[in-house]
This record gives sequence, C-alpha cells and structure tokens, in this order.
Amino acid sequence: MDLSFSEADLAFRDEVRAWIAANMPADLRAIAEVDGHFEHADTMRWHRLLAAQGWVAPHWPRKFGGPGLTATQRFMLTEELELAGAPLLSPFGLVMVGPAIMQFGTPEQQQRFLPKILAGEEVWCQGYSEPGAGSDLASLRTTAVDDGDAFVVNGQKTWTTYAQYADWIFALVRTDPSVKKQAGISFLLIDMKSPGVEARPMLTIGHTPAFCDTFFDNVRVPKANLLGPLHGGWTVAKALLGHERTLIAAVGMSQRTIRRVKRIAAATRVGGRTLLDDPAWRGRIARLEIKLQALQMANYRALAGAALGHAPGPESSILKLRGSEIAQQAFELAMDVMGPDALSWFNQPGVVPELEQWVGPSYCYNRATTIYGGSNEIQKNIIAKMILGLPGT
Amino acid sequence: MDFQLTDEQKLLRESVRTFTKQRSPVSRFRKLRDRAAAQGGSWDRAVWREMGELGWLSLPFPESIGGFGGSFVDVAIVLEAFGAALVPEPYLASVVLAGTALLRAGDAAQQQQFLAPMIEGRTALALAHGERTLRFAADAAHADTTATRDGERWRVRGRKQFVLAGAEADTLVVSARHGETTALFVLPRDHAGVTITPVRTIDGLGAATVELDATVADALHLPGDAADALERAHDAAAAMAVAEGLGVCQAVLDMTVAHLRTREQFGVAIGTFQALQHRAVEMFVEVELVRSIAVLAAVRAADDDAALRRHAVSAAKVQAAQSGRFVTQQAIQLHGGIGITDEHDVGLYFKRMHALGLVAGDEEHHVQRFAEQPQFTANLG
Ligand SMILES: Cc1cc2nc3c(=O)[nH]c(=O)nc-3n(C[C@H](O)[C@H](O)[C@H](O)COP(=O)(O)OP(=O)(O)OC[C@H]3O[C@@H](n4cnc5c(N)ncnc54)[C@H](O)[C@@H]3O)c2cc1C
Repeated sequence: MDLSFSEADLAFRDEVRAWIAANMPADLRAIAEVDGHFEHADTMRWHRLLAAQGWVAPHWPRKFGGPGLTATQRFMLTEELELAGAPLLSPFGLVMVGPAIMQFGTPEQQQRFLPKILAGEEVWCQGYSEPGAGSDLASLRTTAVDDGDAFVVNGQKTWTTYAQYADWIFALVRTDPSVKKQAGISFLLIDMKSPGVEARPMLTIGHTPAFCDTFFDNVRVPKANLLGPLHGGWTVAKALLGHERTLIAAVGMSQRTIRRVKRIAAATRVGGRTLLDDPAWRGRIARLEIKLQALQMANYRALAGAALGHAPGPESSILKLRGSEIAQQAFELAMDVMGPDALSWFNQPGVVPELEQWVGPSYCYNRATTIYGGSNEIQKNIIAKMILGLPGT
Repeated sequence: MDFQLTDEQKLLRESVRTFTKQRSPVSRFRKLRDRAAAQGGSWDRAVWREMGELGWLSLPFPESIGGFGGSFVDVAIVLEAFGAALVPEPYLASVVLAGTALLRAGDAAQQQQFLAPMIEGRTALALAHGERTLRFAADAAHADTTATRDGERWRVRGRKQFVLAGAEADTLVVSARHGETTALFVLPRDHAGVTITPVRTIDGLGAATVELDATVADALHLPGDAADALERAHDAAAAMAVAEGLGVCQAVLDMTVAHLRTREQFGVAIGTFQALQHRAVEMFVEVELVRSIAVLAAVRAADDDAALRRHAVSAAKVQAAQSGRFVTQQAIQLHGGIGITDEHDVGLYFKRMHALGLVAGDEEHHVQRFAEQPQFTANLG
C-alpha cells in the first residue's frame, strides 16, 4: 500500500499546472472563476490550445496522435483541468466516436475522421436517444433503408447535446426491423450538413441551449459511413460505453464546487460569525467533503488497477453512480448556504456576490448528471445483475 | 499509487481467514456471548495465546520488544477478517488502543514490562480513559479523574466507564487530569484501590467500570503531556475500527445478497424485486466506499503529521460509521422478520457495527474534528 504518486507523475502534474497557468486565456479564466457557462466557441478555442500542446486526447494511443501518457498521468491531466475550471471538452468525438472508429473503423474511416477530431476541426454529437427510446435504447425507431450506394435515414433523435454546433452525428439506426431489437441496429456516421437533417435547440432548466431535437428526413448517408458490421451497431455502442471509467466520477469538479460552498460560507456572516464557523454548517460541508474523499479513494483504487492493466473492478462501477449524486449534492449545498440569494436568476453583477452568480443555473442543470449516460436507476440494475448476481426480471 | 498487498500481507490475510473459518466462525462468538451473559468472559484466553503464538498480536510493535515492526495496514488485514467473523478476542481494545498508548507513552522498560507479555498473548491490556463528561475527547484535560502528587508517589482518583476489555485485562493504562494536563499510569488489575465491575455492552463483548482510589509509584514516563500518546492511541483505534467495520459490512452484504437469491415470495426469489435490488446496490456502494477510505485511514493511522493523520482518520471514521449503520440496518430490513430474531447472525453484526461506530469517537465527533483541521479551510482565498 502506497498512496503517494511517483516522482515522474508528480513532475507531470506540476507541468500540467504550470501549463494551465500560462496558457488559459484571461477571458476563460474569468468564466472559470465564477464557474460560469462556456460558449461553444470558447470550448473549441480551449480544445485547439490543448491540441497544440498534445493533450487534447490523453487516452488516445500514439499511433492515432495521442500523447502516450500513463493511466495515472491521464487521470492527473483530467483532474487538473477540472480543478482549474477549464471548459469541459465535448466528449462525443474525443471520448466516444473517436475510440469507436479506432476499434471498428476501416483505415479509410480512421484517416478521414480521427485527425479532424483531434484538431477540433470537426465537432461531433451523439444520436442515440429518441422520444420513444431512452433507457430502453434498443427500442429505437429511426430507420436506415438500403438504397444502392447509400442508406436513407428517417426518424427523430432527441436530447442530442450540442447538435446545433456539430458537423457530424453518430447515430444508432434500425437497419433490420424483422429481427430481435438489438440485432437489427447499425451505427452510422452522418454529416450534419446532409440535406434533410435539422437540429432544433431546446433550452435546459439551467437556461442553456445544451441539447436538441434532431430530425432526419430522407437523409442519404453513403454506405462508406457505416461503422462496424451491418446490423452490428449494438456491439459498437456497447464497446463505446466501456471507455475510461476512472474519469467519470468528476471528483475534481465536485472538489471545486465544495470549495465554492466554503468560500460562500466564509463570506456569509450571520449573527457575528461566518457560516463556515458555524458547527451546523461546517458539519454539513464536512460530511459532503468526506463522502467525496471516499469516492476519490475509490477512484484512486480504480486508477491503480487500470495502471496495472487490470479489468475494472467492482469499485469502478460505483464511480458514476456516486460521482453524479455528489455533484448534485454539492450544488444543492451551495444553494442552501446562499440562503435568500439562491432566489437570484441571471441578474446583473451586484445583485448577489460574484461567487454565487452561477450557482442557481448549475444547481438546475446538474440534475442531469444522474440521468444522462445511463440513468442511475439503470446503473443500479446493471450492478445488481452483473456484480451482485441478483436474478433478472 | 499502489493498493496491492505484498505477498507477505496476502499470506497473513489467508492465514487469518483460514483461522476464522475453521476455528472462529460467528457461532463461536455466539456461544461465548451466551456464556458471558451467565458467567462473564466473552473471549477465550487460550485463543488469545494462540494469536500471540501466530504473531498477530505483535504486528504494530517494534522489534526491540518482540514486535513484528509492521504497520497498521497489517493490523487492518487482521481486523477486517475478525470483523467478518465477529472474533471476540480484544484485539482492537488491547493491541491497538491500549497498546498504542503504552507504546507511545512508556519508556523502554515499561514497554518491555507491559507490552512484551501481551505480544505473546499471555496478558491483555485495557485503556481506562472514557468518562461521562469526556464523551469522545481523546485527552483528559477535562477529566474528573485526577492525579495528584502524594510525596514521591501519585494518587489517582476517579471513575472510568465502558473500558473495553476492562473486565478481563491484566493491566490497565489509566488516564487522569493533572492540573490542565493529561497524565497516564499503568496499573495491574489487582492493584490496591482499583475496583473493576463488568458491564454489558450492546455488541455482547462486554466492558468494565473502573473505580480508582489508588496510590501509584510512577507515571508512564513522558516528555511532558501524555495527550499526544492518547490521541495517537485513539487515532489508531479509530482507523482500525474502520477496518473491522469493513469486515462487518462486507459479511452482512454477502449474507443479504445470498438471502435475496434464495428467499422466495410471490413465487420468485425476492432478489427479483427491483426495489430490493437497488437497496442491495446502495449497500454495495457503501461497502466499496468504506473499503476505499479504510486504506487511507490505515496508511495514515500512525503518521507523525498530526493534521494529515487527523484529517484522514476522521474522514474514514465518519464514512464507516455512516455506511456501517446504513448497511447493517438495511440488511435487517431485507431479511424481514428473521432479521429481528436473536437467533439470526445479522443482528449480531448490526450491534457490533454500532459499537464500532462509538469506538474512539462517534460520527459527529469526527465530523467536527475533520472540519477543525487546517485542510478544511486551506486554499479558499
Ligand atoms: C443533459 C442531457 C444530455 C443528453 N445528451 C444526450 C446526447 O447527446 N445524445 C443522446 O443520445 N442522448 C442524450 N441524453 C439522453 C439520455 O441518455 C437519456 O435521457 C437517458 O438515457 C434516459 O432516457 P429518457 O430520458 O428517455 O428517460 P426514461 O428512460 O424514460 O426514464 C425515465 C425514468 O425512469 C427510469 N427508468 C427507466 N427504465 C427503468 C428501469 N428498467 N428500471 C428502473 N428505472 C427505470 C429512469 O431511470 C428515469 O428515472 C441526454 C440527456 C440529458 C439529460
């Protein structure tokens, strides 16, 4: 048992910190200071800065342009970026379709798509969910019909995050309606500029236009854009879920939120003392921080396992579940510490202190963390079956 | 970072597990508990002796006094396995709590005199510290038990409660207030002016009330205040209570999952019901969190950097107390009526977990202590 990092890893962390300090543009830093909303253009600007440094795709293998970092260094890089409040890069190309193309794509597909993902020249979005297919994704109804050299796609995707900015969408579509649900699905790469594609943004409860309804009306998709085997889309989709579980607990982000909670509490003086000096408030904050610390240790266990090349152990299955809940609880606590200020909604600076300005919208939007990427109920179903071995229904 | 056990540690784990499986399943604890209710004595000196011979009682002590020179990671391995089988011998109370106090406060001669026989399993130690007014304080600055000078000697007067292993221990390490400082003394159980009265505890292990009106030759030799030694003893015990609690929780989870698979209602195994599946998953998640933070506590349990040690140990103690309560309570719920019977083991674990939650500071005590550490307010500027 040794909880220290190697000299090499610590040196790498220092390098990351120094690089962020020197390279994060002042306007992004100002947004990070209040944990405000980054516009898509901001995020892509940050993407290109990281790409130039070689760090935009820490988990990509060298032969596809990755930096060849160890599992620990990848983790540190991600954690430091989270702790700095840097814009969260769009995961759809870098974390999802990119690795899927590496695993299932033809050499032509790999050459066509991967460099542009890395460079931030093409932005991707994810077309899985439909109005009638959420948790039960395999019941999806968007169809792709064989028409010579192309598929013709018809249907609707929904909750498509940032489809309005995307150049490409990877979509699960039904290519064989005659077989069992999972068996007739294919994985298509679709150019968002194709005639018949339309993305209509929706406002979230956090008042950001974070996702869209995406419509497909007789969209022609060249057959060269099928990823993996025909009718083999479910396998591709499942493989893609398995990537890099050590990063999904978002410990760094929740640490940032708890720090914000403490700063607000320290700045709020009631009856002669600050809320941070009040045992009841301290206790609430401490309890949440302790939960986060336990999660962080679970994360380190998963990381140490991954660094040794072990398959993810039971501890990694809890990361998304608890990480998403703690993220929510941290913002909830921030709202509670703010007291009456928590009423404020997108006001001019000065109505509430700058520290508090973005807490309300973040509290609201973060209700999504337990829904997206497989809801927590679905995660529990999986753990019950796969890890505890409880009988299926 | 490395969460792997060494080969030596894996061997230790295997031998303790084999021992609990073959020699000390829960049924042994149950028998001793029932006998103790009638005659007192909830553990077995022959088994304690055997543990000494196996070297388990020597783990955290230096080689100079016959110890193994190991770490609290080693001790945690033993206690996790003990927790899983509810082994009743007073390892936590004697080796960890009283042993650390003696090790930290005693001089070489005192260590040799009192620790060496315990390491061999020939004696047991108890720390007589707790008092009603101290609640969970680890020092004796506000204790009612006082130590006053009596010529060349000390006069120790007071009353200690819930002294773990106190009913059977051969030697007592006693804390007392001297002015505003904490002093420690060592007394044999049959010392004049020491009255030991066994009391029952929720977990069936038993403890003692110790009344003192005694004249003692020496204080435990100390460079000044004994508060540091006491705090270290409590930190070690808190961290190791987390390890033992982890064993309790894992055993209870396994027991519950097995029950969900086999118990049938409405024509199916009750584990088919999603409400229960999700509850079991919550239990599993809590166990994994305790398992994770238990490592932190074990690694930091003896750290000389007090803030680092306190922060880690308190965090782990809070998590374990909270998760332990949830896991053992839900285990009873998921067992239904049988879980309420004294005959079923789940209740034994439930009560042991509750007791462990109170050893060396309860949840609320450690929440506040965690928040008092400099890390809590560092880097807010
Ligand atoms: C902010 C945000 C961004 C998203 N971005 C994308 C994206 O980019 N691309 C994309 O394809 N999708 C995206 N999603 C969709 C997301 O994956 C789905 O919302 C999710 O899979 C749940 O599906 P649903 O919304 O249809 O809810 P439903 O499946 O209808 O679930 C409703 C409730 O029922 C529960 N439930 C459902 N089935 C079960 C069961 N078997 N057992 C127990 N409980 C059950 C759920 O947990 C949930 O609480 C996004 C969602 C959000 C909130």
